[in-house]
Amino acid sequence: MKHALTLAATLAATTALAETPVLTVYAGDYFTSEWGPGPIIEADFESLCDCDLQWSTGDLLPRLLLEGKRTKADIVIGLTSDVTAKARATDLFAPHGQDNSALTLPIDWTDDIFLPFNYGHTAFIYNETTMDAPPASFDDLLALPDDVKIVIQDPRTSISGLALVLWVQAVYGDRSAKVWEALSDNILTVTKDWSASYGLFTDGEADMVLSYTTSPAYHMFAEEDFTKKAAIFPEGHYFMVETVGKIAGTDQPELADQFLAYVMSRDFQTIIPTANWSLPSALPQSDWPEGWSQLPLPEKVLFYSEAQAADLQADAIETWRAALSQ
Amino acid sequence: MARGAQPISRWPGIVAAVLIVAAVLAAFVAIFWRAEAGTGLRAAEWQAIRFTLWQAFFSALISVVLAVPVARALARRRLPGHTLLITLLGAPFILPVIVAVMGLLTIFGRNGWLNAVLGALGLPEVSIYGAHGVVLAHVFFNMPLATRLILQGWQAVPAERFRLVGQLGLPPRVVFRTVEWPILRQVVPGAFALIFVLCLTSFAVALTLGGGPRATTIELAIYQAFRFDFDLNRAAVLSLLQLCVAGSAALVALWVLPPLAVQGGQDRPLQRWDGKGALIRSADMLWIGAGAMFLLSPLLSVLLSGLIGLGQLPLSVWAAAWTSLWIAVLSTFMLLILALPLTAWLALSKRGGGEGITMLGLAASPLMIGTGWFILIYPFADPQALALPITAIVNALMALPFAVRILLPPLRQAVTDHGRLSAALGLRGLAMWRIVLVPRIRRPLGFAAGLTAALSVGDLGVIALFADPDVATLPLQMYRLMGSYRTDAAAGAALVLLALALAVFWLCDAWGRRDVAG
Repeated sequence: MKHALTLAATLAATTALAETPVLTVYAGDYFTSEWGPGPIIEADFESLCDCDLQWSTGDLLPRLLLEGKRTKADIVIGLTSDVTAKARATDLFAPHGQDNSALTLPIDWTDDIFLPFNYGHTAFIYNETTMDAPPASFDDLLALPDDVKIVIQDPRTSISGLALVLWVQAVYGDRSAKVWEALSDNILTVTKDWSASYGLFTDGEADMVLSYTTSPAYHMFAEEDFTKKAAIFPEGHYFMVETVGKIAGTDQPELADQFLAYVMSRDFQTIIPTANWSLPSALPQSDWPEGWSQLPLPEKVLFYSEAQAADLQADAIETWRAALSQ
Repeated sequence: MARGAQPISRWPGIVAAVLIVAAVLAAFVAIFWRAEAGTGLRAAEWQAIRFTLWQAFFSALISVVLAVPVARALARRRLPGHTLLITLLGAPFILPVIVAVMGLLTIFGRNGWLNAVLGALGLPEVSIYGAHGVVLAHVFFNMPLATRLILQGWQAVPAERFRLVGQLGLPPRVVFRTVEWPILRQVVPGAFALIFVLCLTSFAVALTLGGGPRATTIELAIYQAFRFDFDLNRAAVLSLLQLCVAGSAALVALWVLPPLAVQGGQDRPLQRWDGKGALIRSADMLWIGAGAMFLLSPLLSVLLSGLIGLGQLPLSVWAAAWTSLWIAVLSTFMLLILALPLTAWLALSKRGGGEGITMLGLAASPLMIGTGWFILIYPFADPQALALPITAIVNALMALPFAVRILLPPLRQAVTDHGRLSAALGLRGLAMWRIVLVPRIRRPLGFAAGLTAALSVGDLGVIALFADPDVATLPLQMYRLMGSYRTDAAAGAALVLLALALAVFWLCDAWGRRDVAG
């Protein structure tokens, strides 16, 4: 009797599931944790779509490449511009179908496959109570006394580290090797990922940390700590963007399209700043949450297209490695 | 000794060994099968190989050399809180790397306690960043293991021998040559090999404390190939290289291990009669004090910074702790299933070359095993649904070489001492294990199980590759907190992790020690 009931309940549950369509979204691990934007997005979208949004987390690109055509993903969210070239080459993605002209990015975006949903810039963060004379330009940074220590991420293992070597390449071009030699006395150490670097900075081990222009926002709005600042350089800052893409072979094409439209909606875009601690991709500055438009942002933005970045990347990393290995 | 006279069977051990080899090989085959023609090794990678070997050699050497006097002092002295001290001294080995690095930097960093003391004394600042920092961190991690292994060797010396030495009033130099040196020759090469292999696969610690790309290890290159360049071919070649280096090291170490000297005793409780001189006593206390200060001060800093964050811990961290506890139980269970028959097989063999097999799981990059298995499982099942059992299997594989190293000498001893009599009495199989063997290896068994459980609690392992968003482990949850600016809460989670790892270790270890008291 008990077994029959269990069976009936299981059958009922399966039928219920079959009636509610499921949208499977692959995302980075941080994205769906309770401290990321995932849970809010899930609740918000499910109230609109009458569907079940299911997150699936892991390393996005390696996972897609391993799964190939058999992937269960309908949508992939969180692909950064440095991996879009490889992701595009899989032919797994379909056009996003959204209007790129609705984007409010500081650069022109013409990609019809990968749709940006947030952005930021690389920047060095410092604590104004412990640093009297923060560098006012990249040139100033190179001239810092040796006892000012910076912690950065490894471009071979971290996306922000990669953005840094491309940033130096964009500002200094052929002189990059000299720049890294000049910086090497100030670089305390290099960490595998952003978290470890930022931890060293907040622990007071380093004076400056390679992070994002939006990092001070977390301290300001979540902790009411106004001492952490991004050093803004007139030479420009490297642009970092995260995108969302639709899998061509999805069995839920309508839901996937609905999700992409939702990404461009005001609802989604207003979630991004305080849930992801980055800037929304399609929301005029006047509509940003209270206080966000006062965040110091660079006037000049540097960015390599995925093709340019792919050409430059290996050499830029090797220049960095050779200069810092001496 | 005739083969037929053995009271325990070799077959389960051989099956376990075959399973282990198959598990690692399958991952390789899968990756080579999926790999497209990629780039070969570059100059940077050769440099990484040289650095990896260099740091692993010195880390292992210094860990072992420092462990000898500390273990010897701990074996000779009875201090108040002796067992607690020994448990705590083992803690660095089970810490997750990121927590340990933060703890080390609180002591040895630019703004660390050491520099504060030096500054107050008007001495110049010291920098931890560089090759010496890498070795320091690896010694911090691994000296506890070496100390425990050597201590165990000392405790295995029959009590009669020390009594005899005491009665004869032999000078320390002679005691060392006749009693202690044979033990060290038994234990040290194995401990060295284990630590060498463990340091080979280091990556985040080496990079951070090495101060930059000078301190690039093979494992970093593997990570880069897998996760950044997605060059499966290069990843597999590098993994294979790492495996070969580790394999040769293990074989050399096991080859220099002398064949076991038979040491009959009457299972009396150990009591030391030597080392009573004031000079020796104060030297011992100095070693214990220095060792404790080096190993415990970073732990103290983890405790202090964690206490602040403890109040900010969200409920999900406690749920994750529960998940990690289950993984630890599952991993320990898996480990025992593999380790006991395997060790029995090795104990029945004259030479210990087969022990090299146990190093496979440790020397193979976890990233490689995870990726290989993902390729194999994906066509048949959802790898995410299997995340927990896979994590448990990989944890067990990683802990296996430690467990076997811990269990092998006492099991060999037990088989030598009691094998023939038991066979004559018709004791075989499970009954032999239950009545004769397990009671005799109870202490090392508890130690090995505790080590596995604690390592499983602290290890991020392959779970990151298979992560199910709804099932988080404690280390994963801690990394998520760190990744979302919540540094204080992450420190709190690290403290919970440390406490949980120590608690499971203590439980298993205490089970093992009960027989000694009773």
